[in-house]
Amino acid sequence: MLVSGHAVVIGDDVDTDMIIAGRYLRTTDRSVWVEHAFEDYDRRIAGRLNGSVLVAGKNIGCGSSREQAVVALKESGVRAVVAPSFARIFFRNCVNLGLYVFEAEVICKDGDTVSFDTVESYVTTPAGVYEAKPLSPRMREILSAGGLNAYLSREGGQ
Amino acid sequence: MTNTLSERILGANEGTYVDRVVDRGFAHDGTGAQALVAFENFTISDKTLQNPAHLSIIYDHISPANNSVTADLQGRLRKFSKTNGIPFYDVGCGICHQIMSEGVCLPNEIVVGADSHSCTLGALGAFATGVGATDMAGIWATGGTWFRVPESIGVVLSGKLSGFAEPKDVALAYVKALGMDGGTYKALEFIGEGASSMPVEGRLTLSNMAVETGAKTGLFYADELTKEHLLQYGAEEKAISLQKPADCTYESEVYLDLDDIEPLLALPHRVDNACLVTEYSGTPIDQVFVGTCTNGRFEDLRRFADIVRGKKVAVRTIVVPASKDVYAKAVSSGVMAEIIAAGCVVCPPGCGPCLGAHMGVLGEGEVGLSTANRNFKNRMGVGAEYYLCSPSTAAASSLFGEIRSPNELKGGVN
Repeated sequence: MLVSGHAVVIGDDVDTDMIIAGRYLRTTDRSVWVEHAFEDYDRRIAGRLNGSVLVAGKNIGCGSSREQAVVALKESGVRAVVAPSFARIFFRNCVNLGLYVFEAEVICKDGDTVSFDTVESYVTTPAGVYEAKPLSPRMREILSAGGLNAYLSREGGQ
Repeated sequence: MTNTLSERILGANEGTYVDRVVDRGFAHDGTGAQALVAFENFTISDKTLQNPAHLSIIYDHISPANNSVTADLQGRLRKFSKTNGIPFYDVGCGICHQIMSEGVCLPNEIVVGADSHSCTLGALGAFATGVGATDMAGIWATGGTWFRVPESIGVVLSGKLSGFAEPKDVALAYVKALGMDGGTYKALEFIGEGASSMPVEGRLTLSNMAVETGAKTGLFYADELTKEHLLQYGAEEKAISLQKPADCTYESEVYLDLDDIEPLLALPHRVDNACLVTEYSGTPIDQVFVGTCTNGRFEDLRRFADIVRGKKVAVRTIVVPASKDVYAKAVSSGVMAEIIAAGCVVCPPGCGPCLGAHMGVLGEGEVGLSTANRNFKNRMGVGAEYYLCSPSTAAASSLFGEIRSPNELKGGVN
């Protein structure tokens, strides 16, 4: 399936505290994470996430393992995360929650249209087509199932 | 070519993907509550926990609870743990990584914690790494998970620490050398005479900060010191198998001579932004925090007490033992009395203000000095600045009310 979204471009080493601050973690109301996403990084971002592709710099999602960071992106309507490198826990969290990830260095401006095919490993921006590092077969299966929950259910609990 | 420690423990060559049973799986009040939500939402037919005796739930992050929402989340997880027979460590027991290091995790085990600093347990020769909440829920349900066997970076330590140079300074030095993403997707192996002669408490400090380079884990070879440490905490001797270091080919190597290490400071707001403490000597501070899974162990408190003994701190200073065991040792040895007499505030064992939730969050414009592992912007207080350092540097600075190297103490204070 071909998906596209407007690029929201952020810098290098954006940690999970920046995506959702620790002071908002203890709640069962996911809308809190949507409302306060990137609050400590740039308050203008939260309102632009719906329908976007997050185009990050290197080492996106470093720091705390907090999965609320990925929930915040997903619930905000982010369609994929593209970055030259990911912090590994954040990367696994994205896959487990069914958020598409592309490990690729792309040229792209804020607001550009970014497209990807959900079963392919490349992304397209106005500046070109970029091959992403392929996911492992397992990660691809989890992602295409829609996340770990759906994957485990399909696999009969294994 | 000889296999790296990660390859030996995971039983496959670097770069390959493996499914493995998890020998120890743990989560804390924060990630555990999220894992419980994920687990409850799982649509799998059989929700029997695999291997609950090998799981742990440890309350450390906001512990005791700071408000009723947190208390409700914790109450549900507490009930779940008890109903399902998961070993449960309630408020005041201490930080998950510290508790797991006190005779629970063993060399050669595959250890997964729902917390980024789970790499701490690599210090005991375990393949220990962090995951998120849904991954942990998956481990509860299936007993295992998948791993990519990482490439390894050798962190070669020569020489010996002396004076006020401490394991934390070595940690800040290697994080600076590798950068905040220099270890991404890889494992660090601490080797050389400086690694084998380092006490286990110091090893835990070094392994703890591996994730600050992006690394999956940071391993030490289990040796006689490891065995001694584990036996002291009541581990069974026959369950401890040691690891013989061998000549591995590492993807890259970083060399640090411990003879050259001096007290370091990580400047706001990057962990890899280290410089000599003396370069920032005289910087006013509003608060000092000593504790965390990096530096809340007994030796850390003892080093801190050695400097503040018989003196008064000039700035508010919060001390948080990493575990109940650490707390008890600090009390029975007299260290805690010295810390209290110096005017410090002691909080119950746990994470303290490290994640900015309670017990010493800073206000806007305030400057803190901390023995923690992260100084990310706003983490320990919106609009505040945090510098990271060793317990001895924290002690010297607390006496002056400004950043000072412990090497500047010779003239005396107060």
